[in-house]
Amino acid sequence: MKSRKDLWSLYSEKVMEHFQNPRNVGEMQSPDGIGHAGNPVCGDIMELYIKVKDDIIIDAKFKTFGCGAAIATSSILTEMVKGKTIEEAMKISNKAVAEALDGLPPIKMHCSVLAEEALGLAIEDYLAKSKRK
Amino acid sequence: MRRIYLDYAATTPTHPLVLKAMLPWFTDGFGNPASIHSFGQEAKGAIEEAREKVARLIGAKSEEIVFTSSGTEADNFAIKGVAYAKEHKGKHIITTAIEHHAVIEPCKFLEKRGFKVTYLPVDKDGLVDPRHVKKAITDETILISVMHANNEIGTIEPIKEIARIANDRGICFHTDAVQTVGHLPVDVDELKVDLVSISAHKFCGPKGVGALYIRKGTKIVPFMHGGEQEHGRRASTQNVPGIVGFGKACELAQKEMGQEKVRLQTLRDKLISGILDRIDDVRLNGHPTQRLPNNVNISLEFVEGESMLLNLDLVGIAASTGSACSSSVLEASHVLLALGLPHELAHSSLRLTLGQETTEKDIDYVLEKLPQIVKKLRVMSPLYKPGKK
Repeated sequence: MKSRKDLWSLYSEKVMEHFQNPRNVGEMQSPDGIGHAGNPVCGDIMELYIKVKDDIIIDAKFKTFGCGAAIATSSILTEMVKGKTIEEAMKISNKAVAEALDGLPPIKMHCSVLAEEALGLAIEDYLAKSKRK
Repeated sequence: MRRIYLDYAATTPTHPLVLKAMLPWFTDGFGNPASIHSFGQEAKGAIEEAREKVARLIGAKSEEIVFTSSGTEADNFAIKGVAYAKEHKGKHIITTAIEHHAVIEPCKFLEKRGFKVTYLPVDKDGLVDPRHVKKAITDETILISVMHANNEIGTIEPIKEIARIANDRGICFHTDAVQTVGHLPVDVDELKVDLVSISAHKFCGPKGVGALYIRKGTKIVPFMHGGEQEHGRRASTQNVPGIVGFGKACELAQKEMGQEKVRLQTLRDKLISGILDRIDDVRLNGHPTQRLPNNVNISLEFVEGESMLLNLDLVGIAASTGSACSSSVLEASHVLLALGLPHELAHSSLRLTLGQETTEKDIDYVLEKLPQIVKKLRVMSPLYKPGKK
């Protein structure tokens, strides 16, 4: 029965790896930008925190309530944005997030959309805050 | 790795004696029960013997049992069959908000074709109030369908009282007893029900076979049209091995049900109290006592169900959830929402259903692993603010 399960598996190995060992979990002390995406009705809530220095995202953290795909996309997103300029980070699409995880099941693609949204909102928040300064 | 199956409400393993009883009917006993020759008549004898066993388990007469391909088919048969047989008398059906999709969807289908359906609410424990049933009846009501026990939360409904109300008004009463037959005593005369849906694979029978009990005299339109099988009520060559296995499962259930119920109830209560003792912010879903002996359904606040299932699966525990994330329609369980649970709690639900292979050691293993998993996921959850509650 074991070999069958490997063939069947819902998620890619990469998704399961990030799900089991999520990177950059937790809240951030005085972040430069916060993005909240999702809602309780759909069952996924993502919070992304970013720290920015000289227009470069130097740190990212997340907290997520959601399924395996939601946790894995949040985790890989924090890895993807680190070291990127704001402009570069703004170009990260949901497709790129899904591809970085070796794909997501079609029904879970909305989790990658959520990740893109959270990132967009965190950047928006950063830009709004930096204008005020 | 150790594997623990706690999803018996989804399906059960076929009992070895059931399998043994089935096997000859694939090979030597391959005949078509509709054939006149000895091959056919042997197969016919086997299904009639099985019919008697199914009937005996629920206190029915064998001619009142119609074999189907599943519990879902039995539900469809009952709802649509009665609706079409009685539409000249009225087009109103009463059911509940927590029925299985196999009842709700045929009702929705009928709504699109001019029928009116009342979906009765339930209280916070999932109980239907018989007074609500009484109030909902109109001169147009032709069918009342209330499940015997809910498959998700395990609440056992007062169907005896509801059936009496239906009887007094001369309205046909159907119950989906897929979760109870084979586990709890079900007697069609004591309950005064007209139609009962049963599924074999929920109590160690094979998949692909079920039955609809149809009380003698009940007006119902055939489910499939074709040959004269099942007295013309359900055309199609019978699944002989499946039906034989179903009969055997009924025979075994009748013998073992009483003891097994007590054993499971003890394990269930140990699991529930163990979880409540070890984890904070947990809610038991379903009725505390009036519930299936093998059902545990809890909401673990701040943690999403699918991520719990995946983590449990990684340590070998198979469970289920009412979270949208694990469904293909991305909607939280209609049953949990009907209890009045906010969406967060519906998404945080975990169902563990016990069965004949479950041991006390399995329960201890779950009680060791589950708190670790919940702790790990809560650290990740933006909804979890320790100390703020």
